[in-house]
Amino acid sequence: MKKLLIPALLAALIVGCSSTPVDETSGAPVESRSGSGVTPVTAGGLDARGLPRELTDPKSVLSQRSIYFDLDKYDVKAEYQDIVAAHAKYLVANKGFKVLIQGNTDERGSREYNLSLGQKRSDAVKRSLIVLGAKEEQVESVSLGEEKPKNPGHDEAAWADNRRADILYRAPDGRGEF
Amino acid sequence: MPQIFHKILFALSLLVAVTAQAQLSIEITGAGANRIPVAIANFAGDAAAAQVVTATVRADLERSGLFKLIDPAGSTLDENASVNFSDWKSRGADALAAGSLARSADGRMEARFRLYDTQKQASLGGAVFVTGNDQLRAAGHRIADSIYEKLTGEKGVFSTRVAYVIKSGSQFRLQIADADGQGAVTALTSTEPIISPVWSPDGSKLAYVSFEKKKPVIYVHALASGQRQVVANFKGSNSAPAWSPDGRKLAVVLSKDGNSQIYSVNADGTGVQRLTQSAGIDTEPRYSPDGGTIYFTSDRGGSPQIYRMGANGGDAQRVTFEGSYNVSPRPSPDGKSLAFISRRDGRFQLAVMDLASKQVQILSDSHKDESPSFAPNSRMILIATETGGRGVLSAVSSDGRIKQRLSIAAGDVREPAWGPFIQ
Repeated sequence: MKKLLIPALLAALIVGCSSTPVDETSGAPVESRSGSGVTPVTAGGLDARGLPRELTDPKSVLSQRSIYFDLDKYDVKAEYQDIVAAHAKYLVANKGFKVLIQGNTDERGSREYNLSLGQKRSDAVKRSLIVLGAKEEQVESVSLGEEKPKNPGHDEAAWADNRRADILYRAPDGRGEF
Repeated sequence: MPQIFHKILFALSLLVAVTAQAQLSIEITGAGANRIPVAIANFAGDAAAAQVVTATVRADLERSGLFKLIDPAGSTLDENASVNFSDWKSRGADALAAGSLARSADGRMEARFRLYDTQKQASLGGAVFVTGNDQLRAAGHRIADSIYEKLTGEKGVFSTRVAYVIKSGSQFRLQIADADGQGAVTALTSTEPIISPVWSPDGSKLAYVSFEKKKPVIYVHALASGQRQVVANFKGSNSAPAWSPDGRKLAVVLSKDGNSQIYSVNADGTGVQRLTQSAGIDTEPRYSPDGGTIYFTSDRGGSPQIYRMGANGGDAQRVTFEGSYNVSPRPSPDGKSLAFISRRDGRFQLAVMDLASKQVQILSDSHKDESPSFAPNSRMILIATETGGRGVLSAVSSDGRIKQRLSIAAGDVREPAWGPFIQ
């Protein structure tokens, strides 16, 4: 499903570009425009939090927001590269959107040290997004440490669920997930 | 090994019943080797008030693990009564306290007491505390502190307060209670986590980390007014506040420049200065009591270990060497030792290092210890640990002999911070 959606997304980007044809000889001079002259319209509408549905529709790769990490590891594994790339592309195409990356750890050890470990995870995701073209001002990486476990259990499976970074979106109008 | 298993029930039954589920209950397991035998006679005067004060003094001394309470056999004695020393000596008491409660001219209560050495048949001195009628237990704590200091030579901590966080369901409450767990009040309620509370040196404020903005942000919270001030909300995470001993600065951990690094900031949030420059994690700063040194946790050597550096940064020296996980350094207020959490065979345990000899002693037999906090007299260490899957607090004497467990019916207790001496 991922593999199908990325070309679809690229196609959407290409369509987006070709819908504003540039006529080198007869176009209005750039200086005379007021504002951008473009009112963005989101096809498919917004979800309850005011975000485009493509960010939250389960069929969209952009609804995949969690990157999981191995024990004591902070590198974004190969299997998550497609997800990170899709989010980077969205941010490149939608400069007004911002993301908050929340790093998480399992419950073992010092709360404050875990906060710093979670920061390493969110920083790794942030670096990947920046490398793929997202702007520094679009991305904030923070840590929730062990404080907000997604899985409240106390076993290996729960700990694996909690070694994670989550991507939250905010639209240009300030509405969204953070 | 003597094993005392004692549950202390307090006399304020009505008050306790109303707030029962919010109160910490305390169990003592273990006691000092040479406990001083002391008798606390029933104080004279206003019977109801005297009962509260006498019960508070006895409970405090007993809970400390340093005293053996001798049954006064119903004796009621005020501070001026003549004392039959040989009688108290024959009951086994080395010391005897007597006292009274009387209403003062302005309607408040005066709690008086005198302490006697039954061997020397002499007064060790006394004091009077004037208090509101609703503050009788506070007067009891003051008297217990006096007795403790006269008999052990070090200051008592019965009048101090502790802060801790309770998680019940999805709610987090930052609580302030007396050192015996009584009188708990909620300073902050939040639906997002609250961690790392630390007392300002004058005991009027707490700094802590709150996640109410979907990320860790450091606040300073004035307890009397409830006024809260953001002192660090930079891009990224803001955490691990620690007060300088003069109360002017906080050492904090910020990730604004990428990676968790230690900075200092004025208590009003101005004047941010970076103190560490490492490629790894630097966190959990704590000032030494003289303010000249900062102890902190760093993974710069490959595993988390404790380091020390000057309070303005500079070169760091490694402090812990045994094991692959030593975190949460807390220098003792007397400057002699360092408490920290050490992972040994997969168990996270409270350890104490004697800073002169560098000897390390493991003080707990639990496996999920966190967040150590020294009593201001350096005698006890409060930690968060777990029993039966629930977060509880545990207090351990710095020699490991005396252990107390503080639990609460309503939820998980965590993140303890022992407040300073009352000024």
